[in-house]
Amino acid sequence: MTQAPPSDTARRKSGFARAIEHMFTRNIPAKIAATPMVTTVLVVFIGCTIWTIWYSFTGSRLLPSNEFVGLAQYERLFSTSRWNVSVRNLLFYGAFSLVFTLSIGFLLAVLMDQKIRFESAFRTIMLYPFALSFIVTGLVWQWIMNPTLGLQGTLRNMGWESFTFDWIARGDMVLYALLIAGLWQGTGFVMVLMLAGLRSIDDEIWKAARVDGIPAWRTYLFIVLPMMRGVFVTAVVLVGAGIVRLYDLVVALTNGGPGISSEVPAKYVYDYMFTAGNIGQGLAASTMMLVSVIIIIVPWAYLEFGGRGKNQ
Amino acid sequence: MSNPATISTNVAVDAVKDDLQLSTERGPRPKPFFTTNRIILYSILVVACLYYLFPLYVMIVTSFKTMPEIRFGNIFAPPVEFTGEAWAKAWASACTGLTCQGLSPGFWNSVKILIPSVIVSTSVAAVNGYALVNWRFKGSEIFFSILIFGSFIPYQVMIYPLVIITRELNIFGSIWAVILVHMVFGMPILTLLFRNYFASLPVELFKAARVDGAGFWRIFFEIMLPMSLPIIVVALILQVTGIWNDFLFGVVFAGTQNYPMTVQLNNIVNSAQGSPEYNVNMAATILTGLVPLVIYFISGRLFVRGIAAGAVKG
Repeated sequence: MTQAPPSDTARRKSGFARAIEHMFTRNIPAKIAATPMVTTVLVVFIGCTIWTIWYSFTGSRLLPSNEFVGLAQYERLFSTSRWNVSVRNLLFYGAFSLVFTLSIGFLLAVLMDQKIRFESAFRTIMLYPFALSFIVTGLVWQWIMNPTLGLQGTLRNMGWESFTFDWIARGDMVLYALLIAGLWQGTGFVMVLMLAGLRSIDDEIWKAARVDGIPAWRTYLFIVLPMMRGVFVTAVVLVGAGIVRLYDLVVALTNGGPGISSEVPAKYVYDYMFTAGNIGQGLAASTMMLVSVIIIIVPWAYLEFGGRGKNQ
Repeated sequence: MSNPATISTNVAVDAVKDDLQLSTERGPRPKPFFTTNRIILYSILVVACLYYLFPLYVMIVTSFKTMPEIRFGNIFAPPVEFTGEAWAKAWASACTGLTCQGLSPGFWNSVKILIPSVIVSTSVAAVNGYALVNWRFKGSEIFFSILIFGSFIPYQVMIYPLVIITRELNIFGSIWAVILVHMVFGMPILTLLFRNYFASLPVELFKAARVDGAGFWRIFFEIMLPMSLPIIVVALILQVTGIWNDFLFGVVFAGTQNYPMTVQLNNIVNSAQGSPEYNVNMAATILTGLVPLVIYFISGRLFVRGIAAGAVKG
């Protein structure tokens, strides 16, 4: 609230006229400067989203058309096995990824919090995958998991004949392969978040716990963990948003295969929009992605902002 | 700092205080280094680090081998016959299925996309943040809230309308479309960064400048911008790595001629014909990862601060 107070002439005018006048004359440079932001919000975040939702109810194929078909695209979507597999894969991958990313991230953060030596070296090593592209991550792991020449082949050549690590080539295991690569890239980031959270816990808590003779692991689990709710919620939201967007990693690591066993919704959208030439299907699928994000975001936003608003 | 052997079960308050003082600040370690717990702790951390380092090691080792050596089937083994041929091929002559020019065109495309995108998105966001903090207007906070929530909308939702918009603007299939899209989708996080940073500056600075008669742009360029170097660096790190690593926008908006490095890399590895050359693939993969890795290792703590600032406050 750093605006200059309204001048006397302005104050004497009627409220409505003043409001109109202010809307156009006041703060002009700021409004001009904010044009890109306002345009982005109105055109992209609101406009494009509404456009997508609207056209998901049309029979658009190669080009968008206005032929309204009601829920037909959605009916077709949910009777397409590739879509259903995609959704199931995402739920499976998402649940595992969320649980493992958070628990491994927290565990590593606790270990890093023990006043260890070489902390920054450890952190550097754990976080560097996060700086890489998903494409890079996917291709490296594709090579490591190569059944004949990768890890499996190497250990078999060394004499461990029964060693099996061919997940990437097996429909029932390929999601675990995806998970290994995803965790490799993402856990370091969550570790850093959690470590920042641990470091922000008041030292008095630790003193009190120690005076009471509570062992460190119990302090972490029952005192510190509940106090880090905010960090956990942030991590869940960020990891969750990343999971819904999961695309590059799949393209690079498996390209959806073997068969359709590692397809994900984001890839379904891309493939229908840009290669299969069925825009309506792609738009319906992307609208479903939007719905799933809303299901994640709205309860979080309500808890974070709604509750706080009421308390104030 | 006098009692290095204090054990945590000690209940004497003075001793506890002593111990905690040691634990809060940097200083001599309170405990002997080699206890069982410490050994377990370091073992776990080292094993974790092996998991993180293993792919990097495999990439480097594989990229320097010859194909016959790779077919021998030992991804751990260091190269017997150390050769840089795979690197040369990855850079200049690997085939993507369409052309055989290696990664180099992709690299230059990425550079061409990266530089304007980073400059445009960072400056727009800096101005946004400044306007949001110091020049609020009716609705500015609402726009900002929508912007932040908008950053959670999956890109796939907005991508087709954006194709239409860029096509109408006659930039679809050129690097300008990619730059525009990077500006749009970089805006939420960067605006948030700058807004929080400017909000943390003392407001008196701004007020004094106002009293002295400086306007919107003058205050921005002469007062705010010189003070915001740390946050600009953070924003640059975030954007450079983010834009370099992008795949989706490149593949949708850039057009075949302008594919960025990530897309080119994926095409070299996943759609090349003939028997796969894993050494070339790995050399190409390292080359693509090199830019963000260099930035990561140079920036060190700033990188961490960047992602933490973006995440914790988001």
